[in-house]
Amino acid sequence: MQRTLTVVHALGLMLVVFSAAYLMPVATALIYADYTVLMNFLLAMVWTLAAGILMWMLTRHYKGELSIRHGYLLVVTMWTAMPLFATIPLLLAIPGLSFTDAYFETMSGITTTGATVLTGLDGLPPAINIWRHELNWLGGLGIIVLAVAILPLLGIGGRQLFKAEMPGPMKNAGLTPRIAETARNLWVVYVAITLACVVALKWAGMDWLDAVCHAFSTMGLGGFSTHDASIGYFNSPLIEFVMIVFMLFAAISFVTHFLAWRGKSLAVYSHDMEARAAIGLILSSCFGIALFLWWNDVYTEFGTALRHASFNVVSIGASSGFTSVDYGQWPIFAPLWMLFIGCVAASSGSTGGGIKMIRTLVLFKQAGREFLKLLHPTAVNPMKIGGHVVPNNIVFSVLGFISLYFMTIATLTFVLLISGLDFISAFSAVLACVNNFGPGLGAVGPAGNYAGLSNFQTWVCTFGMLTGRLEIFTVLILFTPHFWRR
Amino acid sequence: MKILILGAGQVGSTVAESLVGEANDITVVDSDGEKLRQLQDRLDLRTLTGNAAHPSILEQAGIADTDMLLAVTQSDEVNLVACKLAASLYNTPTRIARIRSVDYLAREEVFSKDNFSVDFSICPEQILTDYIVKLIEFPEALQVLEFAGGKASLVAVRAFTGGPLVGKPLSFLRTHMPQVDARVAAIFRKDRPIIPEGDSVIEDGDEIFFIAATSNIRSVLNEIRRMDEPSKRVMIVGGGNIGRRLAKALEHDYQVKLIEYNKKSCEMLAGELAKTLVLNGDGTDEKLMQQEHVDEIDVFCALTNDDENNIMSALLAKQGGARKVIALINRSAYVGLLQGGKIDIALSPAQVTIGSLLAHVRRGDVVAVHSLRRGAAEALELVAHGDRRSSHVVGRRIEEIDLPKGASIGAIVRGEQVIMGHHDTLIEAGDHAIVFVVNKKMVKKVERLFQVSAGFF
Repeated sequence: MQRTLTVVHALGLMLVVFSAAYLMPVATALIYADYTVLMNFLLAMVWTLAAGILMWMLTRHYKGELSIRHGYLLVVTMWTAMPLFATIPLLLAIPGLSFTDAYFETMSGITTTGATVLTGLDGLPPAINIWRHELNWLGGLGIIVLAVAILPLLGIGGRQLFKAEMPGPMKNAGLTPRIAETARNLWVVYVAITLACVVALKWAGMDWLDAVCHAFSTMGLGGFSTHDASIGYFNSPLIEFVMIVFMLFAAISFVTHFLAWRGKSLAVYSHDMEARAAIGLILSSCFGIALFLWWNDVYTEFGTALRHASFNVVSIGASSGFTSVDYGQWPIFAPLWMLFIGCVAASSGSTGGGIKMIRTLVLFKQAGREFLKLLHPTAVNPMKIGGHVVPNNIVFSVLGFISLYFMTIATLTFVLLISGLDFISAFSAVLACVNNFGPGLGAVGPAGNYAGLSNFQTWVCTFGMLTGRLEIFTVLILFTPHFWRR
Repeated sequence: MKILILGAGQVGSTVAESLVGEANDITVVDSDGEKLRQLQDRLDLRTLTGNAAHPSILEQAGIADTDMLLAVTQSDEVNLVACKLAASLYNTPTRIARIRSVDYLAREEVFSKDNFSVDFSICPEQILTDYIVKLIEFPEALQVLEFAGGKASLVAVRAFTGGPLVGKPLSFLRTHMPQVDARVAAIFRKDRPIIPEGDSVIEDGDEIFFIAATSNIRSVLNEIRRMDEPSKRVMIVGGGNIGRRLAKALEHDYQVKLIEYNKKSCEMLAGELAKTLVLNGDGTDEKLMQQEHVDEIDVFCALTNDDENNIMSALLAKQGGARKVIALINRSAYVGLLQGGKIDIALSPAQVTIGSLLAHVRRGDVVAVHSLRRGAAEALELVAHGDRRSSHVVGRRIEEIDLPKGASIGAIVRGEQVIMGHHDTLIEAGDHAIVFVVNKKMVKKVERLFQVSAGFF
């Protein structure tokens, strides 16, 4: 019980910090002189701050070290409490929005999923749009720090792997020994790239509001847009190109970015096996799908096919979820392949979701090892990634993660099927939520959105987003009896 | 010359044995008294038991008036410290250290005057590895030795019916392939040397030593025996220092399988080697060999530190169908016994590596020394200095040089150029002469020949 109160204490502190995030929409509302919305945000800020301080003060005697077990609890409560408080301005500003939908929306933001239940995005007050996109951005920031600094301590799904996988000569010495220092370094990189993205998007032709919003959701690999038609609204190859570049950037581990930035060397990228595999898979898929579309006469010109295939494949593959055309209309192979690479392609330590490329590599190499074992029973063949040996126990936890991942996908799909959704919609919605890329196919495809789902189905999707974002184990462990036993 | 040898292991005792025969005062230091006693029973030298890096031991061993220090213990660190002490406390003129670790070798400055003051560092494992790599590259050759920084090579090969040159006089080589310059330095028929003349006929089974520019080796080999197919698959038994280095050197050009008995070592090897297939098992297990298709192996190398194991697994591999088998054998008695029988090449690590040490010990300007035919013959690379007045060789034609019978100048490396030694070739100052000596007893005379007489100074 004491330890649980320590979690509440830490959570209170976190909410106090989180309330500062309202300053951004507050400033936006001031600029656009939208005083009703301004009041909504100030109110939300006060409530969040008050709740945080209250929790913090009441439990101040329980301040202390957290055990690993309570680390899980803290992470999950953080990722449920933040969207909870973030719904306040949405509920106040958008009349008729149900709590279920508001929570789905903010959860979608914080988990960088980018699925939306709102329609008429173009008409929303600028402050609300900034808020949605800021959630994307904060979620991305949170997940980088979580993935690089905290999850390795918990050892989820072979997460220790990533520590050993620091590229090249800077292995282990690559990051600072303290979590706080590590986190600060990564923030700096993240903020710097985001600023670059804002400038690039403005240059490519967006107005400042759109540039800021889309830079936020691009870097977080979220996928929220200020327009119902998403990026299709702009119909600009230049904007699409800029976003492709930054989405690919965000799909690479920020540790690699940090090391490249500190070492002033691009060679770091070529040492990063995971980044190489991820970028290779995504780019070859772009080209392949373009060829496929052109071959099937979806687009008469190869250039057009390449443009649309590139943007949408990178967007889904990197798990961001912007769309420029209704790829639901493409022959079924193309969107399914996009969903598939969305499950596996993003790097660990990036803002992308899914299995992560490094686990995919482990899975493939393990298959190769099994073949070799059959041919040469006495062979000693350790798993190696980038020249480093991966211990067997980590391989096992990676395999455990992947099996749990598929079980989660299957279970949630069945739940949605029971609730009456058709198969393609149900399956793609689950994939889109658990992998945090947003749009699926069918009813939840690029042309539609999640507004059509029933309350129950929306909650299932919300749960999927949370579970996928926090690497499944973190959430599901709270449902095991062992967790609560002393 | 007074020489102090630290370490009485394989390297130390072989060097001692070789140097005692050349009339040097040898003192050997080792921490293992038993090894020293065995050495002293056999050889005329002084021994001392103790830690070779301690100044008191070095002093007792007489380092103060020693001309040369050979630090060849198992430990890099002991060798380095001993060299440093010898340099700064006792002013020993020449200090040679055996260094295994690549970490040290990668940094020249470790050995500089300001740091560990090592004049020459040698790594027997690396020399042996390079040697085996050459043998795998030229599977027909019995020995491939490089001179003058790899520009010229001396190759030993057994003549085989089917080679265009077999059954023909040596002069045929020149008419048959005029564009390739090569010189046969010696022929051994039934272990007896034949001084090659233009009309000497090569017979099936002769062991032929020829010198050629390194780039021409393959075409000359072609003349002497039918070419085998180039090697593709290599199997190594023993993942020790040599096996590991060899696998690393070969794995990108060949398919390498490495069998190691120790499970822990296997895991380390598999982690370190990128493409080699590491197998955990016994190198003398014929079931394992069959399972790993020893019959398709081109070169099989038994490189454990156990002679008998190496012999047995090499014999099994040969029986199982491996094309060429190489066994590492430390005991020189075994080497003579086995070479040329079922085992294609019996490698004596001492014979292979000692040359690089001897080169520093020898008088005159000796650049390289290679033992041939298990130490009976030798090939030397010497630099000619001085002028016609001060030197016995410079400014003279080869036929004018007073070489002992059985010694011949096979080739001369002048700058980048490799010149075959003919009777009328003129030697210039700075030339590297590659001298082939059929009998080791003549080495001293050859060396004296190349020394500059006192008038030079």
